[in-house]
Amino acid sequence: MNYMQDKRFKIAHKEALIGVGLVILNFAIWYGFAYGLGSGNPAEYRYILGFPEWFFYSCIAGTIFMVICIWLAMKLFFKDIPLDEEEEKR
Amino acid sequence: MHWAVILPLLFFLIIIFGIGIWANRQVVQSNSFLQEYFLGGREMGGFILAMTMMATYGSASSFIGGPGVAYNTGLGWVLLAMAQLPAGYFVLMVLGKKFAIVARRIEAITLIDFLKKRYDSHTIVILSAFSIIIFLFASMMAQWVGGARLIESLTGLSYTTALLIFAASVLIYVVIGGFRAVALTDAMQGTIMIIGTVILLIATIIAGGGVDHIMQDLVADNPNLISPFGADQSLTPLYVSTFWILIGLGVIGLPQIAVRAMSYKDSKSLHRAILIGTIGIGTIMFGMHLIGVFARSVMPGIEIGDKVMPLLTLEVLPPVIAGVVLAAPMAAIMSTVNALLILVSSTVVKDIYLNYINPKATDKQIKSRSFWVTTIIGVAVVILAVNPPELLIMLNLFAFGGLESAFLWSVVFGLYWKKANKYGAISSMIVGIGLYIYIYEFQTNIFGMHSVTIPIFASLLTFVVVSLVTQKMKKIEDYHF
Repeated sequence: MNYMQDKRFKIAHKEALIGVGLVILNFAIWYGFAYGLGSGNPAEYRYILGFPEWFFYSCIAGTIFMVICIWLAMKLFFKDIPLDEEEEKR
Repeated sequence: MHWAVILPLLFFLIIIFGIGIWANRQVVQSNSFLQEYFLGGREMGGFILAMTMMATYGSASSFIGGPGVAYNTGLGWVLLAMAQLPAGYFVLMVLGKKFAIVARRIEAITLIDFLKKRYDSHTIVILSAFSIIIFLFASMMAQWVGGARLIESLTGLSYTTALLIFAASVLIYVVIGGFRAVALTDAMQGTIMIIGTVILLIATIIAGGGVDHIMQDLVADNPNLISPFGADQSLTPLYVSTFWILIGLGVIGLPQIAVRAMSYKDSKSLHRAILIGTIGIGTIMFGMHLIGVFARSVMPGIEIGDKVMPLLTLEVLPPVIAGVVLAAPMAAIMSTVNALLILVSSTVVKDIYLNYINPKATDKQIKSRSFWVTTIIGVAVVILAVNPPELLIMLNLFAFGGLESAFLWSVVFGLYWKKANKYGAISSMIVGIGLYIYIYEFQTNIFGMHSVTIPIFASLLTFVVVSLVTQKMKKIEDYHF
């Protein structure tokens, strides 16, 4: 068998790139909200559900948003492929 | 002694033993001892994979040290802790299927097996084995010290007695049950960690009179407690951002985590684990650190950070439930130690003994060696933990970054870059570890970044340059990869 042509690797490579993309998105949300909204004077913060606005968006809403993105990525892009050689030949 | 608190903890230990004994029957019946003992027969499903990743990753510092720092620093520390979220999905997405396929193909059982086949170099095997044994030995010891201190403060037993109880319980189930026992107990310990976090967070908010009230208290105390910059304004965006490398992305380079990415059953398990793992890590890291911040309003004036979590639990929860919640840090410590123990043991048996000492060992010999090596390493760590030597404490502090500097690029490029070769890998390992030790010792927080940042980039650069320059020196056999 020619391993170089293994189709499964192409899928695996694509999924690894999706992982990199998700981390970049994750970082952008986390950093943007935290320092974008949180850099002012703490006395003038606005609050959502009792939490400072920057904290709510960066650490709470941002995390929930990431979980939804990951769930979508699993549903839409991640493929079910066999991992064993024998499984593949079947 | 608070018996109402101790009984749930004892109950927890008994169940853990039961799992170890059950797993031992699988080890006895298995026809491939190595695969079964060190990888659990590659049979982990999604939930177990997620929990064992999370439990191995979440350690004493997530439950004891971290909340203590958050208590003194404020919400900025929760922000920093959330850099750990990628540890839940990034490792599994990046190593994921490719690592699992290649590991099955070359029948790799340890991370070093993979590196050995990929780079075809004894230097790499020895260098890797050496760093795994030294760094993880030190980490294990530190976890044990933490576990013993926790039991000491809950039961009033002496430090040494507490250490022996704790160590004996972990050692027995790991030695007899192997990786399967480790993964299964991790599943239970991970569940306890999540449930404990949620219960304690809710109880703390109630005890503090609601989030609004707690925030008012914090602002009255010091407004910077609710800013992203920390109570004394010392958390700069650059410094906090570089934590993404240490505790989020670089986690790929931790052998105890990477080995899990080759031990799961099928694609479906992986997909499920990515989702469950992210939710789990998110809940624990967010919850525990936020609890630490809130504790400042509920119980002001705690001087020793490490005591915040146990004291708060005993304060805001009825005793029996406090016992369940306090099983969480115990579970975190046990599940980290057991993963490190089985990994160090596999390094000694598989990568050193079978490679260099006795390549023709029979199955029976391997079996008895594995049991003995695991026992001896475990006992040696306990003896050192009775009176922890300065050197090991120092090594533990940089174990995380040291291992990442050593392994991150060898693993990632080994999987995804055809031109990666052994010269690149060896030089990047040496540069990574060497520079990390140097910066850690002499230039902590260089340019306001975490010490791991520069070694990671320097080893990346070294890897690429050296691999390209030495392309012609040796044709690599890449058809496995």
